[in-house]
Amino acid sequence: MTADTGSVGSVPTIDPEFTGLPLRALAEVALGRAAELGAGHADFRLERRRNADFQLRDGRLDSSSDGLQVGFSVRVVAGGSWGFAAGVDLTADEARRVAERAVAVAQVSAPMNSERVELAHEPVYADATWRSPYEVDPFDLPEAERIALLAEWSQRLLAADGVDHVDAHLEVCKENKFYADLAGTSTTQQRLRLNPVLTAVSVDTARGVFESMRTCAPPRATGWEYLTGNGWDWEAELAQLPEWLAEKAKAPSVDPGSYDLVIDPTNLWLTIHESIGHATELDRALGYEANLAGTSFATFDQLNTLRYGSELMNVTGDRTTPGALATVGYDDEGVQTQSWDIVRDGVLVGYQLDRRVARLAGMGRSNGCAYADSPGHVPIQRMANVSLQPAPDGPSTEELISGVRRGIYIVGDNSFSIDMQRYNFQFTGQRFFAIRDGKLAGQLRDVAYQATTTDFWGSLAAVGGPQTYLLSGSFLCGKGEPGQVAPVGHGCPTALFTGVNILNTAREAGR
Amino acid sequence: MSGLIGPQETVERVLALSRADGCLVRVVERSETNLRWANSTMTTNGEMRSRELTVISLVNGAAGLACGTVQRSAVTADQLEDLVRASEQVARASQPADDAGPLVEPLADHPGSADWTADPASTSVAVFGSVAPALGEAFSRSAAVGQRLFGYAEHAVESVFLGSSTGLRLRHDQPSGQFELNAKTKDFSRSAWAGVTTRDFTDVDVTAVDSDLARRLGWAQRRIDLAAGRYETILPPAAVADLITPLYYFAAGAREADEGRSVFAAPGGGSRIGERLTDVPLTLRSNPAEPGLECAPFVHTASSWPATSVFDNGLPVSAINWIDDGVLRDLPRTRDWAGRTGAAPAPMVDNLIMELPGASAAEPDLVASTERGLLLTCLTYVRVVDEPTMLLTGLTRDGVYLIEGGEVVGAVNNFRFNESPVALLGRIAEVGRTQRCHGRDMSFFFQRAAMPSLRIPDFNMSTVSKAS
Repeated sequence: MTADTGSVGSVPTIDPEFTGLPLRALAEVALGRAAELGAGHADFRLERRRNADFQLRDGRLDSSSDGLQVGFSVRVVAGGSWGFAAGVDLTADEARRVAERAVAVAQVSAPMNSERVELAHEPVYADATWRSPYEVDPFDLPEAERIALLAEWSQRLLAADGVDHVDAHLEVCKENKFYADLAGTSTTQQRLRLNPVLTAVSVDTARGVFESMRTCAPPRATGWEYLTGNGWDWEAELAQLPEWLAEKAKAPSVDPGSYDLVIDPTNLWLTIHESIGHATELDRALGYEANLAGTSFATFDQLNTLRYGSELMNVTGDRTTPGALATVGYDDEGVQTQSWDIVRDGVLVGYQLDRRVARLAGMGRSNGCAYADSPGHVPIQRMANVSLQPAPDGPSTEELISGVRRGIYIVGDNSFSIDMQRYNFQFTGQRFFAIRDGKLAGQLRDVAYQATTTDFWGSLAAVGGPQTYLLSGSFLCGKGEPGQVAPVGHGCPTALFTGVNILNTAREAGR
Repeated sequence: MSGLIGPQETVERVLALSRADGCLVRVVERSETNLRWANSTMTTNGEMRSRELTVISLVNGAAGLACGTVQRSAVTADQLEDLVRASEQVARASQPADDAGPLVEPLADHPGSADWTADPASTSVAVFGSVAPALGEAFSRSAAVGQRLFGYAEHAVESVFLGSSTGLRLRHDQPSGQFELNAKTKDFSRSAWAGVTTRDFTDVDVTAVDSDLARRLGWAQRRIDLAAGRYETILPPAAVADLITPLYYFAAGAREADEGRSVFAAPGGGSRIGERLTDVPLTLRSNPAEPGLECAPFVHTASSWPATSVFDNGLPVSAINWIDDGVLRDLPRTRDWAGRTGAAPAPMVDNLIMELPGASAAEPDLVASTERGLLLTCLTYVRVVDEPTMLLTGLTRDGVYLIEGGEVVGAVNNFRFNESPVALLGRIAEVGRTQRCHGRDMSFFFQRAAMPSLRIPDFNMSTVSKAS
């Protein structure tokens, strides 16, 4: 079966440098050895990851690197326990050794394991392929060309009054995975994503203070076309950034208190990520992340009853939206990806699952959220694209602002922090515009908004229409021990929240 | 037969293949193993090997010295030439590097030059030989008293091999280990945590840690609700590490301070070096030879980032006092920025120690001398709110205890705090004995710290968190 979304005419779907590796040969050796040693489940994953990263300081190249990581792993269930091992030598001998080590690790763990590992059933997909859609592979461009674009943008910003420094950063990732298991599934996939960011800095040397403002363009699962105007208006944002920075540097400090907030999707995506995305990972809700990031207030016994937010709140999870960072054809346990409801009319109705947790909780099938961020890491349940749905005939951002007597319009993300049960959070942003009697009245500074999750979503008073919807996300969502990072997408409209606590960060710092 | 060749041979072959004006080769062999548990049962585990090869070619162009960096994992001998040429091609097409400078030359007795030919170090799941059975016993104990255990154990060894066209052949083996144990009551209403760092797991006493957690869960049987506000607070070493490490790792670069864009920028220009940050005569220092916190005695990096430069690869790293007698003495500085400013190079060191000479008070002593205050366990989700002040936010976690009359009388709710570590330095009321510690929140990227407990008279618990 082929679920190929990426081939265009005669363009190859998957890079031949990857398909030319001994994928199936090594899988056969590893899986065969694991079966010989008594593993009830075994899966093999071979990955090739290419990461390019460069940073410019004031238009000059500060650092650049182009890395390629290739390796494989074997994961088994033996004697009811997980075992995992990984290696880098692409030979049959090493594949056999790694399979043996995986079983050995399972045997070491078994005495400490009181919860037999069982996996939710998934249909078998033999020889499935998938590639994310994109037009221009950044790795096909000379590095000098990629750098030159950001250098030109940096110089443009530096030429503006009030901009003393510019930091530019671009990260590009191409990920190839081959997965095979004893059930007979085998998948070969490729996806591409990039994360461009520029930050303008204004320095007041006399006072020894500085202010900065970052571009709001989100990372995307797409190609170089994103930087040449397909999907984001870079020209407009770069043209306005110096003016916004200058205004922020002179802005008055906010009076703390209760405000109505109109939150732009360039900021709200991160609140969704922290207060909904992580809170509805079922492994977290069941306690399996307790030692690191904690648990969740959205406990499993409250499924279908927990009032998460107002009735305007509808949140979905998926790994299928084109261009979204978590989108892929099959997850790292061979599960075909899907979309599902997480919150419907303000009530918790779903979670993000992997095969073990789906079986443990009696949820039926996994919805395909297993992911490993490298060939040397075990797949764990990671966040899908978690998105707040717009109101079908909802208002524009301007209309939402016009209905607020005293409030703040928040644009762009910045600082973020939330507690270990996903209750108490605090966020800042890039720009905060005072709203007075339905109109924007200049920027404010020193603003942070702080709330308890269910109170915040309970104060959701209006949801913007599809015309306000933006797909954003994070390149580097962290989870797990050892620590892993995952790309995650979040779509949302502009939204209005009433009576939210605003802190003055300068006063918090004792200034 | 493996297609891979050993790290030393890889270095020699790459340097022999290089046609650039300069060349750096770094091979990192990593071996790691881990165990993770939740709800008093094993969850994930692993034993992994990886190798990363970095080739940095330097090319002198008309406009200056440019570098090209390529990285690969597990390159076979027949793939090396293509890799070297790719690195050279990137260098030829690149702009001159902003931090360009001559490569480091070998010194007599250059730190890291011994044992070049020894095999890479490694670890395996056997390192948990005594920990695993002790954990199993702890699981049984916890179940018997209606508690659940969560935690993580990891051991990793990285062997770094660094070679250069100037003749450097340096090697460093870096072991890193951590053990964390979190005990909760069955209803998750009470929680206690402890974490330790270790080089080889021979010093990890699971039973002792488990006993300490049982004691702390006992403290929490009485629950007291406190409002947000400023409280006299004892920060244990783990919490101090999680406040000071972000300052060092993210905000301490000399260049940023000199350019006016960090908390260490001075009004009127320049940095705050020479300014008294605290009346307490404490020291914040680093030393690659610090017993128990040993780390690389030379710079090795695959890329430049604030306060670190690829051109400084191989530069010997020395003991340095960042703060001495309460005064800011230095900030991390590359050779390039040192040259531009007339200051001395000050490479970052992969450990951090804070101490007050003569301070000997342990946690029980600090508790006993507290009339009314809070004793924390650790912090979580620490993030920068405001860069100019390094205002940090985060949460308390896994045990906030109320002290009255010199005794712990119960546990209180968790809080969100907003504090700047620079401001805290200026408000320290008492410093305890320094000990090696495990900064829970920063351990993802920084694992070698020794900190004291600190008494802060007015720690800003900004809002209450319902989390337990």
